[in-house]
Amino acid sequence: MSDVVTAPPSTHGGTLLLDVRDLVVQYPVRRGLTAALRREPRTTVSAVDGVSLSVRHGEMLALIGESGCGKTSTAQAILRMVDAASGTIEVDGREITHLTSKELRPVRRTMQMVYQDPYESLDPRFRVRRAIEEPLVIHGMTGSSEERERRIVEALERVELSPADLFIDRYPHELSGGQRQRVAIAASLMLDPKLLLADEPVSMLDVSVRAGILTLLDRLRRDGDMGIVMITHDLSTAAHFADRIAVMYLGRIVEEGPAHEVVRNPQHPYTKALMSVVPKPDPRDRTVPQILRGETPNPIDMPTGCRFHPRCPVAEDRCKVTDPQLHTARGAQGQAHRAACVLGIERGER
Amino acid sequence: MSVLEANDLNVWFDLPHGGRLHAVQGVSFNVKEGERLGLVGESGCGKTTALLALMGLLPPSAEVAGSVTVNGEEILAGGEDAMRPHRWTDVAMVFQGAMNALNPVKTVGSQIEEPMKFHDTSSGAAAEKEAGDLLELVGLPASAATRYPHEFSGGMRQRAAIAMALACNPKVLLADEPTTALDVMVQAQILQLLLSLTRDLGLALVLVTHDLPLVTQVCERAIVMYAGRVAESGAVDTLFHDPRHPYTRLLFAATPDLSGERDVASIPGAPPRLDRPILGCPFEPRCDRAFDHCKVETPSLLEVGAAHRAACHLNDGSLERPSDREAAR
Repeated sequence: MSDVVTAPPSTHGGTLLLDVRDLVVQYPVRRGLTAALRREPRTTVSAVDGVSLSVRHGEMLALIGESGCGKTSTAQAILRMVDAASGTIEVDGREITHLTSKELRPVRRTMQMVYQDPYESLDPRFRVRRAIEEPLVIHGMTGSSEERERRIVEALERVELSPADLFIDRYPHELSGGQRQRVAIAASLMLDPKLLLADEPVSMLDVSVRAGILTLLDRLRRDGDMGIVMITHDLSTAAHFADRIAVMYLGRIVEEGPAHEVVRNPQHPYTKALMSVVPKPDPRDRTVPQILRGETPNPIDMPTGCRFHPRCPVAEDRCKVTDPQLHTARGAQGQAHRAACVLGIERGER
Repeated sequence: MSVLEANDLNVWFDLPHGGRLHAVQGVSFNVKEGERLGLVGESGCGKTTALLALMGLLPPSAEVAGSVTVNGEEILAGGEDAMRPHRWTDVAMVFQGAMNALNPVKTVGSQIEEPMKFHDTSSGAAAEKEAGDLLELVGLPASAATRYPHEFSGGMRQRAAIAMALACNPKVLLADEPTTALDVMVQAQILQLLLSLTRDLGLALVLVTHDLPLVTQVCERAIVMYAGRVAESGAVDTLFHDPRHPYTRLLFAATPDLSGERDVASIPGAPPRLDRPILGCPFEPRCDRAFDHCKVETPSLLEVGAAHRAACHLNDGSLERPSDREAAR
């Protein structure tokens, strides 16, 4: 779909770890009983509609967007938790889109997910030890009990829950939110994944502990050569911790580039609007928010042309017909900063 | 004059297995007409409990002490009978997750009319008309009255919940995390609505949130709560540029901003348990500037500037502070 197919150069020197091309994820639309009886054709809705992205070893990519923009579906498709309708997903050079579940098993080890809510993602009946060794058990990698114990302690120390003795026999309810999320991260590290997908990893946590979890993720990818895709709705967090930011709207990436570039010099009107409504901590920095009218439309009734045009403050007539692709934005500083907006491409600085 | 004033508010909960939890410990604040006050702090700091105490909505296991006045009239001391005439008519609340608490089998309009009928402020066709007006006030079409909550998006439901709180024309709106779980763009829309309500109607707003930037962008003054107490209070500008309690400073330092340039650091440790007495300053174990005296005496809330108060021994000139730490900073 996108005609720019070269992976953007990374701020880190790592080699390509994840390469997603033209990913489409579709879900069936529920039809009523009468529609089913009348044999009306099943319709589908594209939650992800032609997404291309890449992550290098040691790199953190932030996937940003409002609910329903397809960011979680993208992550689930990468993990093969949902099937892609089309497109390819390569992990470390291996195409995984069509692997059978048996072939997929060893690949799954290399990709792990960290969920939003550590109050839900940990089994309340499992002590920390059991929660962390669970992935080993599932993948039949238990080994000797000494070996297992050593790995559990090591994982706890990697997530800064040390001394490990203090935590290893606790139940989740005895831990704080931040500690629970660390346990969940420790469990995801047990299989030495190359790629970590973190879905809003701090949004359920108190402000005072968020930075600790994010710094931990940051360290994990810098120390090892793990790549991280962090899904978040929080631009400030992305600006701080990610190397690159991809902004999604209605199943498409509308802007993508180095984090500081996207934040300082946003090119797409949607990104500009998003940036303007992020509350700033300094009360003297009260900018006028550029509030978009309404809410993200339902992808069942996808707008024609540019899918953002009905809410776009600078849309022109041709935006109703032209569906813009990602291109290097003229106002951008480097090749790696791309936006999907006709106006940005032709006029450059606006 | 303040429309709402709380003085030395205290709340204790009886715990099921014995013991008591001192959730709110001597909190005082006031709001004037059209003013926006923020109440910030981590979960468990007592901010929601304080609001529920103001509304007289705590469960029977709670004991409340202190004074709450509305336009000078005491409403807490007289119990439920003194509270009832003021609840919703003078002080109204948008509860946390209110948008998910709408009754799914009743139309939005009938839910807005309910408090009007209960408080005899309006009924029949007049109430219907008022419900429509309220929906328009919060940015929904009047025709939304005949629709059911499931037909609304999250942002629309939150607007309906605000309309419901405004049904009896209150003077003070208490909003508990009104934008949590909403997308940033919808959050901005709701905040703009709250701003315009205070500007156009002279409504006083108490905004409870854990999100500091929300408060600094929306409110004029704020109270930073920690472990059931007021750690610091003052104008949001003062709190950001001249914090006098380390907790306030560290909370701001833990909040990322868009520039991505400032280092963000979490605050080590966790808030103390409130079911046992705390010796000394409750923040001492997590504080980066604590000294010996902080372990012994609980700091009281002292005036540190114009309308600026902080509960920290560092502001007490009579105490000897370790000069080496001072110099190190």
